[in-house]
Amino acid sequence: MTRGERRNLRLGLAFVSPWIVGFLAFTLFPVAASMYYSFCDYDVLTKPIWVGALNYRDMLTDGVFWKSLYNTFYFAAWALPLGLIIALFIAVLLNQSVKGRSVFRAIFFLPSLIPVVAASMAWLWILNGNFGVLNHLLELCHIKGPQWLADPIWTKPSIVLLALWGCGNTVVIYLAALQDVPRSLYESAEIDGATAWVKFRHITIPMISPVIYFNLIMGIIGSLQVFAQVYILFAGGGGPERSALFYTVYLYQNAFEYHQMGYACAMAWVLFLIILSLTLVATRSTRKLIYYAGE
Amino acid sequence: MCGCAHKEPDRTADGRVIVRYWEKWTGFEDDAMQAVVDDFNRSQNRIFVEKLAISMVDRKVMLATAGGDPPDIAGLWSSNVPDFAEKGALTPLNKMIERAGIKASDYLPVYWEQCRYRGFVWALPSTPTSLGLHWNKKLFRDAGLDPERPPRSLEELDAMADQLTIVEINRGGKMVRVRYPELTEAEKRDRNFTLVQAGHLPQEPGWWITMWGYWFGGQLWDGDRKITAGTPENTAALAWIRQTTEKLGVNNVRSFGASFGNFASPQSSFLAGKVAMVLQGVWMYNFIDKYAPQLEWGAAPFPAKDPVRFPLVTLAECDVLAIPKGARHPKEAFEFIRYVNTQGPMEKVCLGQRKFSPLVKVSDEFVRNHPNPYIKTFIELAKSPNAVYVPRLSVWGEYNDELRSGIDQILALSATPEQVLSEVQRRMQWKFDRVLRRWDAVKDERIKEWSEYDAR
Repeated sequence: MTRGERRNLRLGLAFVSPWIVGFLAFTLFPVAASMYYSFCDYDVLTKPIWVGALNYRDMLTDGVFWKSLYNTFYFAAWALPLGLIIALFIAVLLNQSVKGRSVFRAIFFLPSLIPVVAASMAWLWILNGNFGVLNHLLELCHIKGPQWLADPIWTKPSIVLLALWGCGNTVVIYLAALQDVPRSLYESAEIDGATAWVKFRHITIPMISPVIYFNLIMGIIGSLQVFAQVYILFAGGGGPERSALFYTVYLYQNAFEYHQMGYACAMAWVLFLIILSLTLVATRSTRKLIYYAGE
Repeated sequence: MCGCAHKEPDRTADGRVIVRYWEKWTGFEDDAMQAVVDDFNRSQNRIFVEKLAISMVDRKVMLATAGGDPPDIAGLWSSNVPDFAEKGALTPLNKMIERAGIKASDYLPVYWEQCRYRGFVWALPSTPTSLGLHWNKKLFRDAGLDPERPPRSLEELDAMADQLTIVEINRGGKMVRVRYPELTEAEKRDRNFTLVQAGHLPQEPGWWITMWGYWFGGQLWDGDRKITAGTPENTAALAWIRQTTEKLGVNNVRSFGASFGNFASPQSSFLAGKVAMVLQGVWMYNFIDKYAPQLEWGAAPFPAKDPVRFPLVTLAECDVLAIPKGARHPKEAFEFIRYVNTQGPMEKVCLGQRKFSPLVKVSDEFVRNHPNPYIKTFIELAKSPNAVYVPRLSVWGEYNDELRSGIDQILALSATPEQVLSEVQRRMQWKFDRVLRRWDAVKDERIKEWSEYDAR
């Protein structure tokens, strides 16, 4: 390396150093520390005591851990596919040229702009079994609504409902993709006599497949980490009979209520591995189904 | 966090040491303590106490202490003491207390005991509470019961509760309201009714639903290394909780429960006259006074299963003042805590909050001027040998959560008391063993450090 190159390197490093320092101090260090603590008995206030893989072994026999994992997967298994389908359906509708289209678009996007805390507080009342708007509407259709938040059978569906209500973000991403589909493809298909469904199935879906894939991956990551809504709807607890104790809520309880930070760190790493492997599986299994125009 | 906090001034403009004090109270409870803080600040010119109202104070004190920048005084709950002390989040007060001449005999024993853990004193009381049965005299009269005579045994309470329970039922196409005992056997069996009023529900308000065992003579812990959730007494308590739901129906009770408004509102179960008898603390008077001043009510000891063997059972806990570890001015902080624990200021804050005093010595005017007509009942309860407090365990928070989610299953009739308690027993012993293992590893070092500690 010449003197000039060394100087350039130093200067370059100096310019990116705010990012490097920030990354080391606020990302890499905490991540590494949480890995270390996951092998410790650590209560935040006193020195961590090394316990080897005990936290991970304890997880295997901790029934509540499995329950929280089950609850989270149950939620993801409903919220993720339903969210993808409903958001796509709404996006297709909002892509039609109808009067007041921008107003409709705003209405569907609005829930994503409301802070999650405020929205959850509102849903707390919407879902109230006795005075809630939802049950009132059901009553108009002569259906007796359940105690959404008090009945263990209905707590998870309630959260799925709330998640679907807030799918505006996904809708907007779909909309952008839908508008990118070249009109010429539809036109040539029409000349060949394609019906609306055939056009949708064989042009729209393949053309927006990278975006569906993107939403799928973001959905996996997001739905397994759902926290704020659940924490507020069930006041920090896990709901009746722990039916709404989600993985992240149990993790939070261990870390900040029970001060079992070592156990909580181990849980965080397990969640990371779960999300990582699901994302890999999703990537592998959909590789052939996605169409990239550049390829 | 630490970086900016240390820029906060240490002293007032006139050179007084600033003592930062975090407290949980708001509203009139906060005003009462603020008056005492003001008195203290006026009484001398070395120390200036700055009080801040903080929500979820226990959690925030813990985090601030872990972050190395705690307040000088923390207004915690007595049930926090074991957890905080064991984690080294508090300063032992033994030497300071000794120098100040404060003795165990100055306090009602139940409160003093809660300030101690593993042989050290970690806090001093601020305001105490005890729990008693509150009953609605008008509903008693309407039910044909003597409004001046509360139940004296649990059997009697259950019988009265039936008489006080009103349901709405469809009889031959007409909706009628009847009292529970007037239902036919078939109607009782079908439970096809809507609850309009309940005599007593073990889950209302439910804040102590995990502790009914004490009214059955049970204990949740052996005082050493064993969790004792599954004792016959605790099982009997859960069976009693289950019995009300069995009688009235899971969904009936659930939708009745969802019809109550917030506790601090006229729509809360007791204030709205929907539940005739509740277990509540000495503070209930304030809420009645504020939200339902027309309510005719009384307070008495909540009867035990065996009232002869266990008279005057109550849960007697208190708010405490403690000095977090790493506080910058422990000596000055203790000055204030000591001031609050003298008779005059203590009576001022307790009267202001409409509670009683945790001190043995109480002035005659205090009881005479007290607005709560039943204050003597609560004092008597606090002095009772059956005044209990939650187990002195650092894992109590988890224990309570475990019991609570087990009791959810009882209220849904989806598990028996035996099933619930054996699961709680198993999980809690596992968790307790986990903290005992840590304690065993560090205890010698810890006890040495605590015995040597003295604020300089």
